Amino acid sequence: MNARTTALAPRPTAGLRDDIELLRFATAGSVDDGKSTLIGRLLYDAKALFDDQLEDLARHADLARLTDGLRAEREQGITIDVAYRYFSTEARRFVIADCPGHRQYTRNAVTGFSQSDVAVLLVDARHGVVEQTRRHALLASRFGTERIVFCVNKMDLVDFGEDVFRRVERELAELARALELPPDAIDVLPVSALEGDQITSRSARLAWFDGPSLLERLETLPVRTEPASAAGRFAVQLTLRPEGDAARRRYAGKVVTGRLSVGDEVTVLPSGQRSTVVSIETFDGPQAVASAPRDVALRLADQIDVGRGDLIAVGAAPPLERRRDAIVCWMSENDARAPRALELKHLSRRIKCRLRHIAHHVDLDTFAPSEQEAPRLALNDLARVQLDLAAPLPIEGTTGAHPLARFILIDPQTRDTVAAGYFV
Amino acid sequence: MDQLRHDTPWTALDALEAEAIFILREVAAETERAVVLFSGGKDSVCVLRLCEKAFRPQRIPFRLLHVDTGHNFSEVIDFRDRRARELGAELIVAEVEQAITDGLVRPHGPTESRNRAQIPVLLDALERLGAQAAIGGARRDEEKARAKERFFSFRDSFGQWEPRRQRPELWDLYNAGVHPGDQLRIFPLSNWTELDVWRYIRRERLELPSVYFAHERDVVWRDGQWLGVHAPVVVPKPGEETTRLRVRMRTVGDVTCTGCIPSEADDLSGVIAEVAAARTSERSGRADDRVNETSMEDRKREGYF
Repeated sequence: MNARTTALAPRPTAGLRDDIELLRFATAGSVDDGKSTLIGRLLYDAKALFDDQLEDLARHADLARLTDGLRAEREQGITIDVAYRYFSTEARRFVIADCPGHRQYTRNAVTGFSQSDVAVLLVDARHGVVEQTRRHALLASRFGTERIVFCVNKMDLVDFGEDVFRRVERELAELARALELPPDAIDVLPVSALEGDQITSRSARLAWFDGPSLLERLETLPVRTEPASAAGRFAVQLTLRPEGDAARRRYAGKVVTGRLSVGDEVTVLPSGQRSTVVSIETFDGPQAVASAPRDVALRLADQIDVGRGDLIAVGAAPPLERRRDAIVCWMSENDARAPRALELKHLSRRIKCRLRHIAHHVDLDTFAPSEQEAPRLALNDLARVQLDLAAPLPIEGTTGAHPLARFILIDPQTRDTVAAGYFV
Repeated sequence: MDQLRHDTPWTALDALEAEAIFILREVAAETERAVVLFSGGKDSVCVLRLCEKAFRPQRIPFRLLHVDTGHNFSEVIDFRDRRARELGAELIVAEVEQAITDGLVRPHGPTESRNRAQIPVLLDALERLGAQAAIGGARRDEEKARAKERFFSFRDSFGQWEPRRQRPELWDLYNAGVHPGDQLRIFPLSNWTELDVWRYIRRERLELPSVYFAHERDVVWRDGQWLGVHAPVVVPKPGEETTRLRVRMRTVGDVTCTGCIPSEADDLSGVIAEVAAARTSERSGRADDRVNETSMEDRKREGYF
């Protein structure tokens, strides 16, 4: 540890307030980008470490050790899976999904991004945008959200030079355009994780940069990732049947996008029956309105057939589809060829489906259809496929950021989750 | 008509609560005969409140299971029984004592920690109940070996956890399908921290066993921690001295390994301030975790929670 960061005072107020928000972010970078050091630095500077961890740090002087996980991994010197870390500041509570950076762990990066509001991607200032940066940005924007914070790290190794940073910044703007990301979804910040510059406070050595530190940015980014303008959609998880009150069934589930209000005219899908929301109930009392992503229970005006897996839609109902193209990330060590019988989970609905056709693989570096033949899906492959659905599904959106676009595929024999995907 | 509430601001506790309620409802829909592991401890108290939120006004569709080492604090056991009654839930107690009598487990000595002995008793109880899933209050922030645990953790028919065989969890699309004989452990509080648990207890005005708050107790200093004197299993050994101290428990488990911490925190606000300023991790008071750096990982592989 360098001398500037050794003083430690407890932060007795961090996390004491009940009204702070939760932000989930995923970190990813190439093997040597200093991702573990960055997380260690954030935890250290946010004073989220306990004495036993600090003792370990004093002994080994390696911030990366804080994020080492299981013995099995330490023995092999690799990180095999997404690890979750937590810390609080006075402004926010954070969940970090720490994704390992190896090429073969596309599966883990997709998992981590899918759980997050923001992706924090590391770029080595000396190398700029590399293959891994492009790959992670693609996966983050398609399986997570469009919001990406790029940390141009190791600024200490380029003498904190503005020219170096601006060059990387231009490369990243180009990358964002190639991914069709809105410009305001992207942040590019110069940092040194090792020395603590621009991590939790502004650095004099980066005085030419007038933007926020990483932590300041994380404390102010919007938390909600659901499309704000989206129509009200409610996914039914189960029917509640209070004893002795059978006539007053409630449909328990989640508002997945938009909002529902008492009095809304709704359509139940896939049946197409129509009714009106009579009440929105929670354990803490009735509500007039419920917005995504709240868990509530609804009562409808009419005795109609509603059950697990149904979607209750406000306004114009989404189209029902029986065959759709999708992008899938294959996550199983067992390869798949078309045609193949699978199970698909969309919202709370499980249906049978058929992998009808593998159109092409997606080249993770150029984002273009791959030239090579696509006879099968192997672990970590990203591919465009066509799916036949055994029951009609209401589909909206075009990336995994939309709850009505995303799904998982399940192997009916092993019952394992074998792919993540979104309809396009 | 009453004034209906509009959406309140979406806080960290709301987000964590929503995630847990969603998971509990998925468990109810996708598994058979799930049980909630309820010890009377603070984390499982939160799990039960989340069950109420997920299923009321219907009854909670899970039975409660406690693996009782027989070395528990009596006030915790009284609280456990009372809370189960209030909820109208069926409580099943699997006793390590009975398992010893039946020869299912063999203790090494009368004062040994029975934490490891819980494993076969838990597995036996789950098998006899035909439970496909056991819901627990474990959190990822408790210990390194838990940092990669899933919400839906897969165990083979021997209850063993194999890190490489865990399923990826994408978005909130959980896959709870298992083969007959295999089991799931469900951790709806995975993303909570010790501080979140305490803040939630305060927000929800949940009752807790009194041992969590500062009280006078006879303690002995052993293996780097204060242990409550609890005859006949925890009594001063030669050279040890009984001291009367004002203490509280940070975690509650078997009396032979649950350390007390000196504390003046006799209400929720006091405890929350203490936890927020704590310089040692929660389980540093648990002798069972300190045997070596990877003892939790080893116990998990054997089927521990």
